[in-house]
Amino acid sequence: MEAGGSRWLGRLYLIVMFIFLYVPIAYLIVYSFNAGGQMHHFSGFTLDWYRELFSDTRLLIIVLNTVIIALLSSAVATAIGTIGAIGLFFLMQRRVRESLITLNNVLIVNPDVVIGASFLILFTVLGIQLGFISVLIAHIAFSIPIVVLMVLPKLYEMPKTLIDAATDLGAPPRQVLTRVIIPFITPGMMAGFFMALTYSLDDFAVTFFVTGSGFSTLSVEIYSRARHGISLSINALSTILFGVTMLLVFGYYWISQRGLRRVALWVKR
Amino acid sequence: MTRTLKWTLLAPYMLWLVVFVIIPIALIAWNSFFDLEGRLTLDNFVRFFSPTYLKMSFISIWYAFLITFISLLVAYPTAYVLSRTRHKQLLLLLIILPSWVNLLLKTYAFMGIFGMYGLVNAFLSLFGIPPQEILFTDFSFIFVSVYIFIPFMILPIYNAMEEMPRGLIEAAQDLGASQWTVLRRVIWPLTLDGVKTGIQAVFIPSLSLFMITRLIAGNRVITLGTAIEQHFLVTQDWGMGATIAVVLVAMMVLTMRFAQTTPKA
Amino acid sequence: MQGILRLYVFVGIFVLLLWSTVGAVERYAYQATNDAIIVYNWGDYIDPDLISKFEEETGIRVIYQTFDSNEAMLAKIAQGGTPYDVAVPSEYAVSRMIAEDLLIPLDMKAIPNLKHIDPRFLNQSFDPHNRYSVPYFWGTVGIVYNKDVLGEGAITRWEDLWDASYRNSILLVDGAREIMGMALNSLGYSLNDTEVEHLLEAKAKLDELTPNVRAIVGDEIKFLLETDEATIGVVWSGDAAEIMSENEAFDYVIPEEGTNLWFDNFVIPKTARNVAGAHAFINFMLDAENAAMNAEYVGYATPNLAAHTYLPEYVTNDRRFYPDEVTQAKLEVYRDLGKVMLGRYNELFLEFKMHRK
Repeated sequence: MEAGGSRWLGRLYLIVMFIFLYVPIAYLIVYSFNAGGQMHHFSGFTLDWYRELFSDTRLLIIVLNTVIIALLSSAVATAIGTIGAIGLFFLMQRRVRESLITLNNVLIVNPDVVIGASFLILFTVLGIQLGFISVLIAHIAFSIPIVVLMVLPKLYEMPKTLIDAATDLGAPPRQVLTRVIIPFITPGMMAGFFMALTYSLDDFAVTFFVTGSGFSTLSVEIYSRARHGISLSINALSTILFGVTMLLVFGYYWISQRGLRRVALWVKR
Repeated sequence: MTRTLKWTLLAPYMLWLVVFVIIPIALIAWNSFFDLEGRLTLDNFVRFFSPTYLKMSFISIWYAFLITFISLLVAYPTAYVLSRTRHKQLLLLLIILPSWVNLLLKTYAFMGIFGMYGLVNAFLSLFGIPPQEILFTDFSFIFVSVYIFIPFMILPIYNAMEEMPRGLIEAAQDLGASQWTVLRRVIWPLTLDGVKTGIQAVFIPSLSLFMITRLIAGNRVITLGTAIEQHFLVTQDWGMGATIAVVLVAMMVLTMRFAQTTPKA
Repeated sequence: MQGILRLYVFVGIFVLLLWSTVGAVERYAYQATNDAIIVYNWGDYIDPDLISKFEEETGIRVIYQTFDSNEAMLAKIAQGGTPYDVAVPSEYAVSRMIAEDLLIPLDMKAIPNLKHIDPRFLNQSFDPHNRYSVPYFWGTVGIVYNKDVLGEGAITRWEDLWDASYRNSILLVDGAREIMGMALNSLGYSLNDTEVEHLLEAKAKLDELTPNVRAIVGDEIKFLLETDEATIGVVWSGDAAEIMSENEAFDYVIPEEGTNLWFDNFVIPKTARNVAGAHAFINFMLDAENAAMNAEYVGYATPNLAAHTYLPEYVTNDRRFYPDEVTQAKLEVYRDLGKVMLGRYNELFLEFKMHRK
């Protein structure tokens, strides 16, 4: 298809890209083994930080909570955002649709501090207990816009003939939805899900404002430690999390490549 | 698409919209009309149109523009090459993976890499180049910001590229079009929607950057986000903070009008 | 649709797994106890072993939460969402909390260990007679500089920073009062000054400093100075101690013109549910041995005089971190200047930051 030369150029570009993305991560990982205690001046290899990490039960609980919040909030946000996007797409009045989409993006432009502060007021007025629930709701709330943003373009790209064909073949609206539309926009949903995960894992300000009762996420904990120095056990933690996620990613990919037929049969049953 | 189905779909979303978008916006807009002492006033808006804040707005817009532009420049070829590889989904996930590592941690890593005696300078010294000041410059600020926002630009463009009917490119080439023409006349227009989504996902949040402006730019760059954070937390002047937030929302609306995603017929 | 459903099932199962793990870990780590207190403190500002020791000795479980700035902590406590039993604000935050009626007075009978505190740290302007607060750690704001590069004793006053030879060599902390205070002190004014003329003078003086300032940063200033990113830094004494332990080239000096004396303090917010437990915790931390243990871990200067017997002499005799009476006379505690004046300080500081382009 393309000349061999441009293929190599492309490969090279991708390799440079990956180096660019992973150098800071590699730096972090290397220093998690630093006997020196800081993220500079590597003075020797040690596993001390990993040992310190595993004896810090509070931190471990925080990590688990962070992952739970991220996965749950992204899953719910993807669901609500997708059906919202679909609903918006089929909205007839263009003016209304456009203003709703504008409203949708308001949360993306607002700095976390503003969102956090306004959510706190909201929760206080509504009498919602600050803790796991409030954090979960807040994360769902700020993840929905990005899901919509990722799903809508896919909806626009969908050939209208697709829906017409399905309806002509006698499919009821519900089936058109599940058998035609959703499979088509799945890439958008996945993009939205992963972007939501990113938003949730990285969030500090909003979580800080709406949390309570001793519930904390990793971001809040790390930022709070910044004043007195971030211990390398955080590096150790990040390394482990990173490694686990890598494993999951490769594992999921391996399964979807090899065991596709077997898994498909299982789902069918 | 029956009406009942349409409205059931929209219901949870509309609920979210009202509770988490409209009410907070109303709260913020309401707050912007009060000053520090709780008096109803338009002072905050008057203050906003002073040289300090106007300058800040221009700086925010300028840097947001630079970051978005460079992200686009870097992300577009990446998305293109990615859509042509065999393990594209895996590679895509691997590109997103670094963005899940905590930002503060990555920033410290960057400080170690870009520092006067850090990795890059150590590398340069191999060629006899004296230590360069990389940290706290425009370069490092934009570099790290692009690093943070890249996945948000790559994903939508990649999705758009995947949608492109492959036959189209082959057809264009068969008709004798050069690589450049294929890019300009076929690929670019078809991926334009993805580009627009990417621009929105990057430009809008980068208007209110404040963490990175402090960590990497050493406060040499002050954005509207910096001012908002200060007003909300330090000065406790929620009125002024709210005013700037309102302006940010206005800017966002303008951006969206500009990058209007056109629905295909 | 199948693919999406599959993903949701996977996510659901994974979350349930994690949830049960959290439950298991919590049950393993904490004995079932009804008596608990919620402590709200700066990150990494207490020896974790002390928390365990307290839990063992009293059977009261400590629920620990952290914050990274006084303002954020104030916002959370003012909203009242979580019933914190003990909080650790800085002195200016304490005055604000007293003014906004967010604290309950301390029951002196429940904290007899208060007698261990050095009397010259009690009865400060931000909380007369210590009705609401007990000092936790204290320190100063000063200059840390690379004595190997600049020479021993090269810097002794704020004024020295304006020396033209220090071009692009200074890192400043991101604090409006600290930096404006530095300028005010160098002009001979108090750092609680409220005269607009003086403030404008200070701002003009800061603008002159601009060529020497490399960057204005937050907590990462420690990392930057440890890696020799700059040769001079305006920092809090606690940060200085850490920088010096990592990078022996640096020395810390309390400027001659005077500077800020800060305290971080224990307080009990009005929303506290376990007031007895809160007092028990504070009293525990005031114990001489515990305070010494804490000071060793955290590295800051402790106001606990009795703890000095448990700390090495080279620590307590270090005049840079435990200044003598003469120097102490020149130190000022921040007074709460009120929202409007504070707004002024911050506005001027913001303009200073922007002046640099």
